[in-house]
Amino acid sequence: MSVQGLIRMGDNTLVLGQRVSEWCGHAPALEEDIALANTALDLIGQTQLWLGLAAEREGKGRTADTLAYHRDAWDFRNLLVVEQPNRDFGVTMMRQFLFDAWHLEALKALTEHEDAEIAAIAQKSVKEVTYHRERSSDTVIALGDGTEESHERMQAALDRLWPYVGEMFSTDEDDLMDVSALRPAFDAYLETVLAEATLSRPDSDFAHMGGKTGARHTEHLGHMLATMQVLPRSHPDATW
Amino acid sequence: MYAQMITSEATQDDPEKLAAFQARIDAGEKIEPKDWMPAGYRKTLIRQISQHAHSEIVGQLPEGNWITRAPTLERKAILLAKVQDEAGHGLYLYCAAETLGVSRDELTEMLLDGRMKYSSIFAYPTLTWADMGAVGWLVDGAAIMNQVPLQRTSYGPYARSMVRICKEESFHQRQGFDIMMKMANGTEAQKRMAQDALNRFWYPSLMMFGPSDKESVHSEQSMAWKIKMNSNDELRQKFVDQTVPQAEYLGLTIPDETLAWNEEKGGYDFAEPDWSEFFDVLKGNGPCSVERIEARQKAWDDGAWVREARLAHAAKKRAAKVAAE
Amino acid sequence: MKQEWPLWEVFIRGQHGLSHRHVGSLHAADAEHAIQNARDVYTRRKEGVSIWVVPAADITASSPDDKGSLYDPADDKVYRHPTFFDIPDDVGAM
Repeated sequence: MSVQGLIRMGDNTLVLGQRVSEWCGHAPALEEDIALANTALDLIGQTQLWLGLAAEREGKGRTADTLAYHRDAWDFRNLLVVEQPNRDFGVTMMRQFLFDAWHLEALKALTEHEDAEIAAIAQKSVKEVTYHRERSSDTVIALGDGTEESHERMQAALDRLWPYVGEMFSTDEDDLMDVSALRPAFDAYLETVLAEATLSRPDSDFAHMGGKTGARHTEHLGHMLATMQVLPRSHPDATW
Repeated sequence: MYAQMITSEATQDDPEKLAAFQARIDAGEKIEPKDWMPAGYRKTLIRQISQHAHSEIVGQLPEGNWITRAPTLERKAILLAKVQDEAGHGLYLYCAAETLGVSRDELTEMLLDGRMKYSSIFAYPTLTWADMGAVGWLVDGAAIMNQVPLQRTSYGPYARSMVRICKEESFHQRQGFDIMMKMANGTEAQKRMAQDALNRFWYPSLMMFGPSDKESVHSEQSMAWKIKMNSNDELRQKFVDQTVPQAEYLGLTIPDETLAWNEEKGGYDFAEPDWSEFFDVLKGNGPCSVERIEARQKAWDDGAWVREARLAHAAKKRAAKVAAE
Repeated sequence: MKQEWPLWEVFIRGQHGLSHRHVGSLHAADAEHAIQNARDVYTRRKEGVSIWVVPAADITASSPDDKGSLYDPADDKVYRHPTFFDIPDDVGAM
């Protein structure tokens, strides 16, 4: 069982949870503000479970918090897509949708994992992420179909994020499962949602790589961690 | 408080109806949206409930300022849940105001163009993590003093939203005090942050209750209508009496050299805040007044295409459904 | 003319066997959106609840001036109120 695989799951939820939490107080409507906070809260909760288990299995006395707050960018193992900045609400919801569509398939597969603790985390998360995907799908459909402006924004968001989709299905021995096997289910779901949203899947399947291996993150991650980690790094001897 | 300097509107209704209305209130009956009510009661309530709602929404910002920098995953989750609650409370209150015949969008625009106010306290910056403690401990502590009695206010929808708010808010002050305990018992730097936060938030917290209302006719009318339940001075005294021992417990010093127990009145004597600063803040000259409205304006403007698109999509769905039938 | 998301009234069944209760209102573009918003705002997504949403504009309410005719007749039917019946203590809870 790979500690790196657990860290990948936890870093995805940590980085995306952090991104989504940036919206709190700034969303297009109060109802959306509250919904985004719920998503972020679920993701932070899942982070505590994945990184908690990773730290325990690693056995070096670290905790979920030390993994979150005391690693530098090159030690992060999240997908590049989740570290992309929020930009506008359209990009945020498209990023959420693409990740949710992958995440739900991954978690469903992990509920069958031979390691009972992994299966248990997956089971708890599946419930939450089923709703995440429902909400982000409906939002992508409504905004894709809505007005001319919203349609343009959503297509631009999809085009902008598409080069980060391929990485979700690249796999190696550190993964908790063969994630390349998730692609057909992802593609099928994507197709139905994009059709309803009147959006076109980009032609090129070019994919940026390097997030989940840590080989090459985007510039955005370092800034995000500088913000997120500032207190524990500045006051290493403090407890909070 | 979250609704400060609310002047009650004069009312020129039929004296007989007014008397019957007052009798209902005196008998402890709740006034419901479709019931007859004096024009002044309606107007005063709209202003008070809206200001309260605006305060919740603007109040998301100073604490939201630290969500991305919360020092542990658990603190991050707690703070996010708390600021999310504030959005919820704003939502409940806007809905209560809407039962009086205004729309949320109208109210939002009045906040943005300065016709409506929000509580002075949220025009102050949050500069260190200890401020998350101080805001929860002092600001929520002060707010609760006012909100608990408002559960009994005469207007049904307002009272019911207050019940919900108080239920959800019960953990807010505790989480603030919990942060303060950690800080006050932590490293030298943490202790300094804790004392500094108390120094900066003490007087703005006292200002939350508004100036002394001894002489105010408006307060009297609002109290008769049971939309204001206690005098400003009464609540401020209660707040000081409750907070001083808590500060002592934390080993922090309240920044008031005149603070002293007064045996005779059974409460503390304390220094008044600088009321000229308060009036400056209300006029939009608080340290963060411009930033707060800028942030709300940006969210409103940036969100316009989303709100429009949702409606357009809903209209298309309806049309498709009709066509199919 | 700018339009606002319509107002919806939200009713929630908290537990099996209970009736739906009015919990509050919210804004949403359509019914599906209203259900999702209700879930996020009023249940913070607890499982196992049933949600109704109704456009506030579609609710017909009795006018308070009719109060007399609507409610007074029942006032004398005291047997409709459970406390009317004097149940001996040893019967147990009822």
